Amino acid sequence: MKNFKFSLMILALLTILSAGFAAAAQDVVEIEYWQYFFEPRETAMNMLIEQFEAANPDIHVVHNSQIAYDNFRDEIAASAPAGVGPDVVTLFYGWIPAFVDAGYLVPLPEADFPAEWIESYFSPMVAESKFEGSYWAIPTAVRSLAMFWNKDLFEAAGLDPDTPPATLDDLVAMAKQATVYDGNGTDILNITSEGFAIGMSAQDHHWFREVLVRQFGGVPYSEDGRTVMYNSPEGCEAFKYLLSFEIEHKTGSNDLFTDVTEAFVNGNEAMHIDGSFRLGTIANNNPDMNYGVAELPVGPNGERSTFGSYWTHGITRRAAADPARMEAAVRFLQFITTAEAGTLWVNEVGELPAQLEAASDPAMLEDPILGPFAAGLEYAHATFFVDETVQRQVLIDAYDQVRLGGMDACEALNEAAATEQALLDDFWAARGS
Amino acid sequence: MDTFQQTQRTSLFERPGRAGRAAQRGKTNRLLSYAFLTLVGITMVIPFLWMISTSFKPKTEITRPNFFPVEATGANYTEVILDTELPRWYANSLVVAIMSTVSVAFFDTLSGYVFAKYDFPGKRIIFIIFLSSLMVPTEMLIIPWFIMSSNPITGGTWVDTYWGIAFPGMITATGIFLMRQFMQGVPDELLDAGRIDGVSEFGLFWRIAVPLSLPAIGALCIFNFLGNWNAFIWPLIVTTRSEMMTLPVGIQFFSTEAASDWNLIMTGATLSVVPLLIIVIIFQRYIIEGVALTGLKG
Amino acid sequence: MMRLTLARRKILWAYIFLAIPILFFAYIRIYPTIFAFQMSLHDYNPLAIEHKYVGLENFQKLVAEFNNLRSPTRAAFLNTAAYVVLGVPIQLLLALAVALMLNEIRFLSTFYRLVFFLPFVTSTIAVAWVFRMLYQPQFGFFNVILQAFSLPQQPFLSRPQQALPSILAVVIWQGLGYAVIIFLAGLKQIPQIFYDAAQVDGATRWQSFRHITLPLLNPTLVFLIVLQTIAFLRMFAPVLAMTAQGDGGPLNSTTTVVLRVYREAFQSFNMGYASALTVTLFAIILGITIIQLRFTSRNIQ
Repeated sequence: MKNFKFSLMILALLTILSAGFAAAAQDVVEIEYWQYFFEPRETAMNMLIEQFEAANPDIHVVHNSQIAYDNFRDEIAASAPAGVGPDVVTLFYGWIPAFVDAGYLVPLPEADFPAEWIESYFSPMVAESKFEGSYWAIPTAVRSLAMFWNKDLFEAAGLDPDTPPATLDDLVAMAKQATVYDGNGTDILNITSEGFAIGMSAQDHHWFREVLVRQFGGVPYSEDGRTVMYNSPEGCEAFKYLLSFEIEHKTGSNDLFTDVTEAFVNGNEAMHIDGSFRLGTIANNNPDMNYGVAELPVGPNGERSTFGSYWTHGITRRAAADPARMEAAVRFLQFITTAEAGTLWVNEVGELPAQLEAASDPAMLEDPILGPFAAGLEYAHATFFVDETVQRQVLIDAYDQVRLGGMDACEALNEAAATEQALLDDFWAARGS
Repeated sequence: MDTFQQTQRTSLFERPGRAGRAAQRGKTNRLLSYAFLTLVGITMVIPFLWMISTSFKPKTEITRPNFFPVEATGANYTEVILDTELPRWYANSLVVAIMSTVSVAFFDTLSGYVFAKYDFPGKRIIFIIFLSSLMVPTEMLIIPWFIMSSNPITGGTWVDTYWGIAFPGMITATGIFLMRQFMQGVPDELLDAGRIDGVSEFGLFWRIAVPLSLPAIGALCIFNFLGNWNAFIWPLIVTTRSEMMTLPVGIQFFSTEAASDWNLIMTGATLSVVPLLIIVIIFQRYIIEGVALTGLKG
Repeated sequence: MMRLTLARRKILWAYIFLAIPILFFAYIRIYPTIFAFQMSLHDYNPLAIEHKYVGLENFQKLVAEFNNLRSPTRAAFLNTAAYVVLGVPIQLLLALAVALMLNEIRFLSTFYRLVFFLPFVTSTIAVAWVFRMLYQPQFGFFNVILQAFSLPQQPFLSRPQQALPSILAVVIWQGLGYAVIIFLAGLKQIPQIFYDAAQVDGATRWQSFRHITLPLLNPTLVFLIVLQTIAFLRMFAPVLAMTAQGDGGPLNSTTTVVLRVYREAFQSFNMGYASALTVTLFAIILGITIIQLRFTSRNIQ
């Protein structure tokens, strides 16, 4: 912050000086870009900024990437009342409605980012974040979910280490076969190695909403995203399927081995659903693990689906307040969301390019690890969140109500839907007024 | 020290001149006491031993039931010290705790002195207002403080600054109250004699009142330091960058990230706890009596 | 004339000495208190420029949530009450027992006092993580002990029925030493002569405890009850550190009012609603303190 204050003072001084001398020379516009700290992202963005500044000598981008992931929103919030902070900001796509609601983001200018262009060149999940008729942010890269499996555990359980589950039924059968118990019983606490475990607080609430519900023939939300619809009979079947692993088949639990992600990363779980961002965790923590990645199992009717999500970039009201900054912000945003930028991003960060052209590169689709994620981009769905934390909690609670509270699955789901619907209604009521 | 008399420690139940049976009973009671105290004592110590012992285990031994490491390793320490900003969090905690303790020692003592030794219009009201701020829990103020930390006038923020972390505790009502109680024991005659000798008002405070209340100031400092050292909710909110976190915030941040690497989490906990424990063990008499003193006065 | 000047000078100096503290309390304590009340009447999102005045809407929402059987807010208030109602008596009874015994022995008493005091000076966060490991289902120390005695494993923090007592135990463990120290200081102040007199009258131990120790310890007891009640009402750090994602689960079984405040204000950015929660907490603390001071500090002689 000291640096920041200092640069502000310098800036103020410069402004006074240039006004005083009525300098005719063209000013360099300085804009600020913020993202959370993750080293590969920082490196990738530094490379993009360098290229951008070389091509646009009249713009200087200040890159702030030192904020801890968990505190990123807090830091933005702390800067907002002071009228400082980023001109271009990286944000989780699920925050868009809340940020728009607060008047923090401005819509992307239609002339510079035509809706038609976004809808035809970007992964369909990007279009799902259209809000009140406008696009408010656009990503460089996206992520999707896929099935991870541990080949060594498969082999030990007598399964073919090169055949991941293709259908939901396969998943159940293989999970049961891969679960190892301590010999004193087959309850959850007897498990010494899990077949497949559900972690609602990890990615499985997404798997339920956008994948299982659809595969069982339902839809999670109405077309406009304002009505919760996963509490249909189909949704309840999907929910029962989700619950069956822990309650009926006893193939694992989020309570064991710290949580499902840790269980898989440390080699205590045979199958696991996660995003491409987990590849880096595995490379860091358990580089010797012998694992594979496959597209998610298809549903009873053969339907494919996956959940897509992304960190995206928006332009703030701070930039919009000054035409010169706004113009610079637009140019910067255009530059960091090209297909080339996406390709650079996949090489540096491991996230998939948001533009389909770059994502459907045959070399990428054939990559045994990135391929299944890239294949998913065609059919990925992104949930429209108004408050991701609360909407996730609702499903965690529904799952726990059945698992720990013994509640009926459909009833728990109905309750979750009612709570979430109230949240959506509140949000839209406030927007309407 | 008026109410804190050092009455001789004599047993509550053991009385001289009692009949033999009672003495016998006293003995049994003492044995039972020792048994009970030892049991509670073990409960107090085991978590620390577990923490230290696990910090020397390699990751592969975490899930084993043995209490002590089979193959002790110091690798966890190298990893935690080198790969995290723990030394930095230590320094931050130290800076913040010292900053606020020095400020509290000066301003609380001075205010307590004024409330004890001066008469001025509005004294009662000001004192009551100061004290009533004790009724407002910190939790109620953190949200306003967070907004206030972002200053539209200077365009800067207090987020991720030492001042930002420390400001809520720079002057405390408890301390003022405590010091007022002690300052009332400073004889007026001494102060008046000083005035006649031409000592300035601040000189009276600094050279007469302060030296007479050093034990109380010491107790105040100890209590305040401990409180600031372990403060959590406000530093959690006002720091967003790892390099500005205090020790508890850093440990929470680090432990959440380390997930199932319990050997590393326990190493972080050990590193954050043990140095302070050693200090407490060395200065135990002052510290414990200091804490007891603040309790009696508060 | 001379005297008047001196009195005036003293008044002047008093104000000079108090200037910084007065400014401090005005800006850092009083203004934010008023600000918190004000925020509780607004729809306050820190990202927004305008904050809409909503009257008592936040409080109405609070009441509505409290009446909703499964809302986290209701759970937060009920759990907080449970922490207080269970925590304060258990902690103080235990501490009183320990203090009485410590007061009785001479050999090793300083050592014991130190041992009991150590948890109090350690960081709650570090302690919480240590216990979180001790409570682990498969390899946690407590389950290792249970297994050693062929007793069934316990889920502790991962089941709603056991999670709150498990966290409460840690808080009691950590705060015990402080209460012991304060009780000891209180016991030391009881003049020996009372016991000697009781001795002469042939009073039993229980009688001296009932009629001398307890009444004379009353101020200490009141002080500790008020202090610990407020501390339990403000529970936050142990729950944040000991539950998955710091969510106060499973199924909101451990969440507290302050944890709700934290999540509403700094994760959902509903600062207006969060302020309404803090204002309510403030009212509860105020009410309980007044009642306790009134009822527990009855006449002691």
